[in-house]
Amino acid sequence: MFKKTVFFLLGLMLMCNVAVAAEKEMKLGFVYVSPVGDAGWSYAHDLARQALAEQEGISAFYMESVPEGADSERVILNMARKGYDIIFTTSFGYMDPTIKVAKQFPKTTFLHCSGYKTADNVSNYFGRVYQPRYLTGMVAGKMTKSNQIGYVAAFPIPEVIRGINAFTLGVKAVNPDAQVRVVWTKTWYDPAMEKDAAISLLDIGVDVLAQHQDSPGPQEAAQDKGVYSIGYNTDMSKFAPNAHLVAAVWDWVPFYLDVVKQVREGTWKAGSFWPGLETGAVNISDFGAMVPQDVRDLVNARKQEIIDGKYVVFSGPVKDQNGQVRVEAGKVLSDQELLSMDWFVEGVIGSTK
Amino acid sequence: MDGFLPYLLIIIPALAAAVSTGTSILYATLGELVMERAGVLNLGVEGMMMVGCLASFLGCYHTGSPWFGLLCGGVAAMGMSAIHGAVCLFFQGSQVVSGLALTLFGVGVANYLGTPYIQQKVVGFASFNVPVLSSIPVLGPIFFQHDAMVYLSFFIPPLLWFLFMRTRYGLALRSTGENPEAVRAAGISPSAVRWSALMLGGFLVGMGGAYLALASMRMWVDNLVSGRGWIAVALVIFAFWRPGRAVFGVYLFTGVTAYLFRVQALGVGIPSSFLNMLPYLMTLAVLFASSLKGRGSGAPADLGNNLKPGS
Repeated sequence: MFKKTVFFLLGLMLMCNVAVAAEKEMKLGFVYVSPVGDAGWSYAHDLARQALAEQEGISAFYMESVPEGADSERVILNMARKGYDIIFTTSFGYMDPTIKVAKQFPKTTFLHCSGYKTADNVSNYFGRVYQPRYLTGMVAGKMTKSNQIGYVAAFPIPEVIRGINAFTLGVKAVNPDAQVRVVWTKTWYDPAMEKDAAISLLDIGVDVLAQHQDSPGPQEAAQDKGVYSIGYNTDMSKFAPNAHLVAAVWDWVPFYLDVVKQVREGTWKAGSFWPGLETGAVNISDFGAMVPQDVRDLVNARKQEIIDGKYVVFSGPVKDQNGQVRVEAGKVLSDQELLSMDWFVEGVIGSTK
Repeated sequence: MDGFLPYLLIIIPALAAAVSTGTSILYATLGELVMERAGVLNLGVEGMMMVGCLASFLGCYHTGSPWFGLLCGGVAAMGMSAIHGAVCLFFQGSQVVSGLALTLFGVGVANYLGTPYIQQKVVGFASFNVPVLSSIPVLGPIFFQHDAMVYLSFFIPPLLWFLFMRTRYGLALRSTGENPEAVRAAGISPSAVRWSALMLGGFLVGMGGAYLALASMRMWVDNLVSGRGWIAVALVIFAFWRPGRAVFGVYLFTGVTAYLFRVQALGVGIPSSFLNMLPYLMTLAVLFASSLKGRGSGAPADLGNNLKPGS
């Protein structure tokens, strides 16, 4: 008799839970690898978080400066325990911790940014930021005088290598003689060190600096030394008003809103999402005043071609650093090939190791 | 670019970068060195640098004077040092725990209080060439085309050496690190000596933080210190607690880092993972080689121990 009562009560509670769930507020958790004040990668995610938090029925919390690895697992686990409905983990190194925690919390929805693993309740997502990077490369190729362009980069992982390659293809499309020199800092966020890495490129004679880190260090170097710069993540012109030509930028709001809506309606399914220019998730910022109108027109025209699907960034023929053809004429790279890219295109000076 | 010539040509800009990027670490290393010579282990350097960094930024931001900013940075880090003093010298708390807590607190509070100022710029210290000296070949570009804080940093190590080796106060400070009981027997309060070392060292550590905000970036963004405080703590050990070796250690570390960035920029085919490891490897190798000489590490004998109550 007692057992039956317990089961009945448990069943009742479960039903109440379901009934409440439809009404209840969505609690979102965001895990950032760098401080939100970085003006870069995490800041771009946090702009979207703030926009979401203003919506009715959504509350959104974040943890910043969470180191990749064991620490992140603890943070993600904590969020799951606290009953967050959707947890966004926004750095490559959070991939395995996310998958691990997700196994223990099958009812929680996880979205991991910039990785490649999925599970029943884990999607991975990223944006085709290589498309705007290609466009910023065109600007750099047009604006360089020494034909030497510097690229301060974080870690040699496919995401960064793909960005450098797309950028270089953009440079080469308008300026076949130009070269892109890569310096790895092995940091995502160390403003002073990234600035010095940028200066090391200027010492060699580059006159346009691009970057793939989350700090404005390289922008500062360009501003100080009077050369041009290409921003990343967000419009960085505030740091380097005289240097900043254009930036490849993120806008996560539409994608995140869509995820919340799907989870709320129960239609969400795990998968791999990779939105491009056509969705607005990635874009280029406004041009700096020094970019001439003909360059702007050229870049905007190419942007429209990419949006319309008339031009694909990694379309053949593409050669690698050794001059070997990697993409035959008339072919394009598959997403899988893009996601595992570990070679540099012709025109990049540097090592992928 | 072929041949060895480019690799030689980048040595000069690399050494110049070693001096400018090393200055922040140099101030902090010397500050920690002063404290440790008096027997106080302070693992709060990272947090103290962050607080000094923010305070210097705010001082400069609100008055427009980088020198006033520098003063603020030094004094704020002194305040952090005083917390360490209160815990370890007054309440007999663990120096290791107090230092670690100071780091956590300093980094957190500086980032929190600095949030409204993110992306704001300050005048800061601009670079200027020292007349005559800056035109000396090789040495000029390396040492004399920087900002005022770099030039100032050249005077600190000899001053510290003089203080340690040629003054009565220096003798008392070193003795407090070795044998505080003996100092007390000589009629000097070891507690007072340690307090003074914490204040002096704290000010220097604060200057290290200030360099990042006022000279390196001339702007406030989060986490400007990014681990330099820990490098400073390690370099004190590398330096065998001697100011001269500290200078060598700092410039060796930042010099190798700066040189290898430029080697990458030239486009050599060596994996960057290997190159980025070299500064640490070189520093270890030098430490190993100098340990082999068998002169002892020079660690103050009473380092990390609290004073007996009543001293």
